[in-house]
Amino acid sequence: MSRMAATRDGYGDALLALADNSKVVVLEADLGKSTKSLHFRKAHPERTVSCGIGEQNMLLVAAGLASNGYIPFASTFAIFTERAFEQMRNGIARPNLAVHLCGSHGGTHTGTDGSSAQSIEDLAIYRTLPNVVVMHPCDDVSTKALTMQLPGLGSPSYMRTARNKTPVLYDGRESEVEIGKGIVLSEGSDVAIIACGVLVHESLEAAEKLSAEGISATVVDMHTIKPLDTDLIDSLSQKCGAIVTAEDHSVIGGLGGAVAEHIVGSNPVPMEKIGVQDRFGESAGAEEMLEMMGLKSHHICDAVKKVIARKV
Amino acid sequence: MPGMSISEMEEMARKCRVEICKMTHRAQAGHPGGSLSEIDILCGLYGHRLRVKPDDPDWDDRDRFILSKGHASPGMYAILAEMGFISHEDLKSYRVKGGVCQGHVDMKWCPGVDFSAGSLGMGLSFGMGCAVAAKLDGSNRNAYVMVGDGEIQEGSVWEAAMAATHHELGNLKLFLDCNGIQNDDFCEAQMRMFDIPAKWNSFGWAVKVIDGHDMTSIVEAIDWMDTIDDKPAVVIAKTIKGKGVSFMENNPAFHGAAPSDEQLAQALSELGVEV
Repeated sequence: MSRMAATRDGYGDALLALADNSKVVVLEADLGKSTKSLHFRKAHPERTVSCGIGEQNMLLVAAGLASNGYIPFASTFAIFTERAFEQMRNGIARPNLAVHLCGSHGGTHTGTDGSSAQSIEDLAIYRTLPNVVVMHPCDDVSTKALTMQLPGLGSPSYMRTARNKTPVLYDGRESEVEIGKGIVLSEGSDVAIIACGVLVHESLEAAEKLSAEGISATVVDMHTIKPLDTDLIDSLSQKCGAIVTAEDHSVIGGLGGAVAEHIVGSNPVPMEKIGVQDRFGESAGAEEMLEMMGLKSHHICDAVKKVIARKV
Repeated sequence: MPGMSISEMEEMARKCRVEICKMTHRAQAGHPGGSLSEIDILCGLYGHRLRVKPDDPDWDDRDRFILSKGHASPGMYAILAEMGFISHEDLKSYRVKGGVCQGHVDMKWCPGVDFSAGSLGMGLSFGMGCAVAAKLDGSNRNAYVMVGDGEIQEGSVWEAAMAATHHELGNLKLFLDCNGIQNDDFCEAQMRMFDIPAKWNSFGWAVKVIDGHDMTSIVEAIDWMDTIDDKPAVVIAKTIKGKGVSFMENNPAFHGAAPSDEQLAQALSELGVEV
């Protein structure tokens, strides 16, 4: 049984590890206990700016700090970052100020809090902004590894983390995790399953089930949605001839949208998208939500069979 | 260049008004009214107090000035030209492709601009970030911000107002350009704001109300701001939209409209330009 952990814990660990850099500052909007920036706050209160329940202000205070040479990390729930979208657009992305925004509790996997807390559109909206790097890692190790790379990025970023625990994949493999580079977790030639976040583990489970049926699947952890690892996607579309994307996010505009936008201009192989079908969630347990939204490994298996049948 | 006399700053404001009219006329677009209402305060700030280096606009330890009402960019560009951050020739690039003088002030395009504005309600928060940074640096530099009165209808302004007091940001200084007119109409018609000084008082700010066109009052208010170091300070400046050009004064039509050829000639004449 693999170790279980929540990606938000990886974010909190990374902030603490980054504290040696005196330019790193943390901004909170009354959810530090949830996003896990609280560890930094406890150790470095002088470099933590409480913005109260005011996300719009928080993002621009971060922008001001960035313009003065600081490296701000701001976090709140993914859904609440969205009310500050214009601040992110006009005050951060446009002047290319390296503010690092983390939205925790993303996706329907957030569970019993219900649909108001389950952002299913964050990846899509931030992906539309020039200069902004968009990430959604699948475990605490890769979350920490990606966060540790952000001070060197020099441009703004958005990272979605998740509330609930998922299996850890990268213990001892931190060095494999690099912003903008998808990670091939299993090799196969019939289909490429490109996943992010919580659905990476579901995709690995699907690949195992498919293997028993004689279908060999490549599984990719596409933790960076923008910039998209198009070299890897091109090689997979050549090799496998079919793609399934999998994400706990709307099928509109997220990882699936990004992959589709790319392959339509390069090698338009058959593709199916696993994701939330243009609807809102509701209160239920994390696993119940994945089942309800059609995001479990058996749904991925069905999509794989469907896409393989479409191959010419 | 701090240390200018009252009369020098008044003359600088007159010259800036001329440029504001010329810029908006040349572009046949832009926002003359709010530029003319703010310009005396800008001249007082740059002429009397702001610690900046025009030959080193990115100097780390400079005071910051954030024009949050970014549409009133002609006023900003005029003072930046007077200070030597940009040339008077650059003013011809206002709203022109490739020009440093973008439609709304932009830190990526124009030397001396500290914030890319254009969306109301953002500058005070950004200024707060600059003020926090100055404190972390152990620097005594200040962050000055200017907002319009219509702008304070944006809710996020009050997020910043509350947070700045919470963090006791004595190095955050705000000018409120109360010209009483916003895009569509008089503020009184669009959204009554009632007792504006009382609102800032209740948020814990040090508050002073002045005539925003009287240079002596402006200088005294800037000096008064320097005496406040334990809380943010706001100078609420009563101004006249379009100040200095008779047909623009207190006229909502000139919030975002350029003067015609004839109107420019009249404006320049009123501003003492011999034609």
